[in-house]
Amino acid sequence: MELTVNGTRHTYTGDPAMPLLWYVRDELGLTGTKYGCGIGACGACTVHLDGVAVRGCQTPVSAAAGRAVTTIEGLAATTSGRPGPGEQLHVVQRAWRTHNVPQCGYCQAGQIMQAASLLARTPAPTDAEIDAAMRGNLCRCGTYTRIRAAIHTAAGDLAGAKPSAPSNGRS
Amino acid sequence: MADIREIDRREFLHGLAAGGLLLVATASGCRRVSDTFGGTAAGSGGTPAPDGPPLAPAVYLRIAPTGDVTIIVHRSEMGQGTKTSLAMAAADELEADWARVRVEQAPGDEKTYGSQDTDGSWSIRGFLQPLREAGATARAMLEAAAARRWGVPVSDVAARQNQVVHASSGRTIGFGELVAVARTLPVPPKEQLRLKQPSEYRYIGKEIPAVDLADITVGRARFGIDQRLPGMRYAVVARPPVYGGTVASVDERAARAVPGVERIVRLPHTPVPSGMSPLGGVAVVARNTWAAIQGRNALRITWHDGPNASYDSGTYRAALERSARSAGKVARAQGNTATALAGAAKRIAAEYYIPHLAHAPMEAPVALANVTSTGCEVWAPTQAPQGARDALAKVLGLSADAVKVNVTLLGGAFGRKSFPDFIIEAALLSRAVGAPVKVQWTREDDLQHDYLHTVAVERLEGGLDTDGKVVAWVHRSALPSIGSTFASHVLYQDDGEMAQGITDLPYAIPNLRGEAGPATPHTRIGWYRSVINIPHAFAIGSFIDELAHAAGKDTRTFIAEMLGPDHIVDMTRAGLTGKPQNYDASFDEYPIDTARYRGVLELAAQQAGWGQPLPAGQGRRIAVHRSFLSYVASVVQVEVHPDGTLSIPRVDVAVDAGTIVHPERVRAQMEGATIMGLSNALHGEITFKGGRVEQVNFAPPQLAAAGDTQRTGYQIMRLDEAPREIHVHVVPSTGKPGGIGEPGVPPTAPALCNAIFAATGKRIRTLPVAGQLAGTGAIA
Ligand code: FES
Ligand code: FES
Repeated sequence: MELTVNGTRHTYTGDPAMPLLWYVRDELGLTGTKYGCGIGACGACTVHLDGVAVRGCQTPVSAAAGRAVTTIEGLAATTSGRPGPGEQLHVVQRAWRTHNVPQCGYCQAGQIMQAASLLARTPAPTDAEIDAAMRGNLCRCGTYTRIRAAIHTAAGDLAGAKPSAPSNGRS
Repeated sequence: MADIREIDRREFLHGLAAGGLLLVATASGCRRVSDTFGGTAAGSGGTPAPDGPPLAPAVYLRIAPTGDVTIIVHRSEMGQGTKTSLAMAAADELEADWARVRVEQAPGDEKTYGSQDTDGSWSIRGFLQPLREAGATARAMLEAAAARRWGVPVSDVAARQNQVVHASSGRTIGFGELVAVARTLPVPPKEQLRLKQPSEYRYIGKEIPAVDLADITVGRARFGIDQRLPGMRYAVVARPPVYGGTVASVDERAARAVPGVERIVRLPHTPVPSGMSPLGGVAVVARNTWAAIQGRNALRITWHDGPNASYDSGTYRAALERSARSAGKVARAQGNTATALAGAAKRIAAEYYIPHLAHAPMEAPVALANVTSTGCEVWAPTQAPQGARDALAKVLGLSADAVKVNVTLLGGAFGRKSFPDFIIEAALLSRAVGAPVKVQWTREDDLQHDYLHTVAVERLEGGLDTDGKVVAWVHRSALPSIGSTFASHVLYQDDGEMAQGITDLPYAIPNLRGEAGPATPHTRIGWYRSVINIPHAFAIGSFIDELAHAAGKDTRTFIAEMLGPDHIVDMTRAGLTGKPQNYDASFDEYPIDTARYRGVLELAAQQAGWGQPLPAGQGRRIAVHRSFLSYVASVVQVEVHPDGTLSIPRVDVAVDAGTIVHPERVRAQMEGATIMGLSNALHGEITFKGGRVEQVNFAPPQLAAAGDTQRTGYQIMRLDEAPREIHVHVVPSTGKPGGIGEPGVPPTAPALCNAIFAATGKRIRTLPVAGQLAGTGAIA
């Protein structure tokens, strides 16, 4: 079958039931997408299928046939992120840096992909909308308050406002 | 010394051979690598005398002729920010331009780096000084080189941002240009170093993005799971479900039939207590992770469970309660508690239950090993690379020199990755199949075979006099000790475990007793972020609130009264029966200071708006605890809804950890510790039935929403339940640094449950809170 990952076309002949998570990691070497649970309970494996967040561990490769898969490695190239000084980044990635969101960083690719998908459809989410969209993504290091703050910053950025000051204390 | 020379050669290639200046920092001062390891002995830094202090360099500092600075950090990075903060300390004293600084992770090598065990919230406490000295040493040598070049007194020049400046003439010269001369100059002895005054700090105490931040946000950071080698195979292991169990028989046929599965390998069994060793079982080696998982699922294994098949959490709780209700092994005794209790105006007792917890780092254990005819190289997210190296050498029959342990980024650890069992599995499998093998633990494996946080019953009894002052305090703690993982017949907590809250209790109570009750182990017990402080601090923090309530006093005022006038607690007269324990520090260096307790207590209370009225259904309470030589007070504000669910509008955390290197990461650690502490308290529970862990995987989000205990799922706090605001207040200090990674956890759970009591009148004595609040929300 044929599928497009981060803009590159690939042909795959292996087990069509293999989850996209293991396909991008083991077969394509795109290791930014992470394994956390394998049952759809943590969101570490989140990628985009035609721009919408899905759990890579719950999506067989066959479901991605003929569609566009985006992983964290390809996120910046997909959108509206304005070029930063060095590197082209998605607004969400920039907001994540502004707020120093990551601790260990392991869950953060999934968090960023989930947040980017949320903002693509809901550019100015309320706290309740953030709760609903983000509660499927676990962070064992406990970066949740900063994730929320960074999503608000990214939303403000998208709206053309100046990136706002961090809202969680001084972080 | 062979391995040191090997490192030396490697460093020479990168540094000295290219004309760089390379220094190592040791406890006794800095040395040039060429001096230390037998190169040209130029200068007074000198070769260590054979009977001199042990060579334990904390870090390597390298300045290349280009002026680029490399700092090799020997601690593991797992989100606590150590790679950044240690490098900041060295770069500050060096006057390096941060943009020119690269930070490298050291491989595991005890002889070169000293202990690399990244645990005990130790990194800044142990290595701030050596790192600053390393930076200051290099700066002094560069300044001397510049002074010589210009023919001016060294006192007239000063390093600034990767240059040396001659103030009166305005001349400047870059570090890179000075390296060739600087490396031939004497290494100044420690006593002659001029360290900066706090007002001169350029990086220490300032906000600097973590060195891995940019890579993490674009998916470029490399964790253990991301390591790859050509020809690498993927393995998943079926381990005995009951601790100490063995394989009775295996039917491999279905597993072999899975496309991509290449080999089925039996791993050797380790008898109980298994210590650092793997549990044994059956491994499936395949062409990719998915095939390995499918193959493992297809194995038909019959197990011999052994004696621990009887382990049942309900029964075990009853056994711990019996233990905590009878006299135990006395660890601290002052005055006469029996008489004081008998004569007390009010006497109350309470029992607390704190269950097993699983670390569940988001990156489950994983390791890549390549064992060849000559040696073994591994890549692993490990907190203890040296222990791993020694264990690998032993298992493989190699000398330690032939084993290299590369430390990757750790996708969370919390104590789990101090154990090398998963790394040994990878090496055994690589040797068996003759190819590099990456062992992947699934989440199911991680929960089923963790080195769990212990399970505890804590019983407290207290007496109040007519003024509501505490005159007697008896604390008995029954829990299986971490020592039981390493040695048979360990039934009691050791002095170090008792000193995590019980024997180091700071309160001025005339009649005081701390005892450990016996507890038989049935599973592997390990270190979990803040360790035995978790049950001890929960019980102490809750009981103080119960006593305050009984005395009719405000908890904050009551704690201040218990602390008494500001003083240093005299631990020589504390009635300790064993060796005084203070997180590997002396009480002279790091005394128990009630003024610092009071400081964080007052700061957290004030900032949280203590005493200001709250809406109906809300409560606000406090707990304070010292651990890992730092003082933390938490104020939790909670709202309990009519359906028994709760939300947490705000948490205030005050921390006094002495000198702070990286305040932004300190706040991050306190925020994370708060959320982990709340998660432990609200949901955290691993239960056993028939010797098996009942929680199979993470509780899925749909079920977690119901807020009830999941027998089959391990529940972790999610974003929607997290506190809306966490305010971290750092006490400004130039004192000796304390720990940061762990001390935020212990006070959180008691503060939460005290706040729940304030909101509802319901006292939580059994953790987790889970569904216990159903029907209480309306009381407020
Ligand atoms: S790995 Fe896919 S949701 Fe956890
Ligand atoms: S940052 Fe470590 S799991 Fe989220």
